[in-house]
Amino acid sequence: MNTSLKRTPLHAAHVKAGARMVEFGGWDMPVQYTGIIEEHRRVRRAVGLFDVSHMGEFEVEGPAALAALQTLTTNDVAALEIGQVQYSLLPYPHGGLVDDLTVYRLAADRFMVTVNASNTDKDWEWVTQRASGARWRNVSSETGLIAVQGPRAEELVAGLADVDVRAIAYYHFARGKVAGVATLISRTGYTGEDGFELYVPWNDTERLWNALLDAGRRADVGPIGLGARDTLRLEMRYALYGNDIDETTNPIEAALGWVVKPAKGDFVGKDAIERVRTDGPKRKLVGIEMADRSVARHGYPVLREGRRVGIVTSGTYGPSVEKSIAMAYVETPLAAVGTEVEVEIRGQGRPARVVKTPFHPSRVKK
Amino acid sequence: MANVPADLRYTKDHEWAKPEGERYRVGITAYAQEQLGDVVFVELPKVGAKVTAKQSFGVVESVKAVSDLFAPLSGEIVEVNGELPGAPQVVNQDPYGQGWMIAIAPSKADEWKELLTAAQYEQFLTEGH
Repeated sequence: MNTSLKRTPLHAAHVKAGARMVEFGGWDMPVQYTGIIEEHRRVRRAVGLFDVSHMGEFEVEGPAALAALQTLTTNDVAALEIGQVQYSLLPYPHGGLVDDLTVYRLAADRFMVTVNASNTDKDWEWVTQRASGARWRNVSSETGLIAVQGPRAEELVAGLADVDVRAIAYYHFARGKVAGVATLISRTGYTGEDGFELYVPWNDTERLWNALLDAGRRADVGPIGLGARDTLRLEMRYALYGNDIDETTNPIEAALGWVVKPAKGDFVGKDAIERVRTDGPKRKLVGIEMADRSVARHGYPVLREGRRVGIVTSGTYGPSVEKSIAMAYVETPLAAVGTEVEVEIRGQGRPARVVKTPFHPSRVKK
Repeated sequence: MANVPADLRYTKDHEWAKPEGERYRVGITAYAQEQLGDVVFVELPKVGAKVTAKQSFGVVESVKAVSDLFAPLSGEIVEVNGELPGAPQVVNQDPYGQGWMIAIAPSKADEWKELLTAAQYEQFLTEGH
């Protein structure tokens, strides 16, 4: 065990449950408990619990908070109502991405943003140096986060909550107690299933985790590792920072133009992003499906008639689609659904095809 | 501790070999499949191909990783497990049985003696490989 790695409040519980632990973004995290495919299927069929306490959370408040977020992020924060959540991007001036994130409007002049674990320090430096007029607080080390995902997530959380969680709409949140723990109950997730993300005080995280496992027995609940988190998000074609998007990728080519709102006013990276939107991107992030079950992985070349035309950003065997699937940037003329390409795997071009995404139908509560 | 049948011999790369008359059946160990996690793809050579001891003869892919398969013995491939392309999960379920991968007609009989016995392989695992 690597003791220099950071630990979530559930670390001991994962080890005790026999999880296989791996390093992820500086954290010692469970990659699987019983098996990635079995855990994946549990989330699609019943309900699973994810420890995502490694994610970073910042609060920003004061009269300058809204303007700060409007300048730093691509989506229109003014359109966000109190109690609502927004997916957004943190761009560089050249249009590449510092991170992707979710923005919560806690009050008129108070917000929370949730960022990727491996980017927390970088993001903190980025936002505080550029928007020092607002009051920022890094609450990452005091905030535990449990995702409850699956068709039986609502039934499980409703049974433990003192507020009506059924009334919380997709990408909205409410505050209440879950199993006696003060919780920000967010109807969001990263699996394509209905479910919640529960923000709780760090020291109460294990109490809530155990209560969910106990109460969920009848619903066939189980803990889910980062391995299945990745296969679940990939089947939905959700981007993962560091794989599919990074400082070199423009939101338009990543098909994230829907969270870039130029009409809101000026913001970091606006000119660079809108130029790509106007000119049309040279490459596009697409979903591809392999003809056989060989796995296309991050960095593998995409070929067309022997010529290199793109690169794989994420790939896996999709346990629900029962096929080998991937995301890849390909030259724009080859981005149309049905285009035949090849992925170079161990020196050999293997047949693949651009397909419609998501690979698996989304069942989030719209 | 992983299951290590006494009648097989092993490599430090976690393959097993089992004598069957004039040939040897080959697969990966219980420890190997456990470390890999869910196996989703196995790429094997064709019957008639020549393999060399300690050289790669194929590839096994799990959801998270890709690993080379190393031949325990030199020789010619005389059979491959045709069930694996359609049901790679049997490598996890039954690594010493239905999850076998290839059969080799050996060209260097002495190589068998260089393989680890079950006791030696267990010792090797205990040392934390």
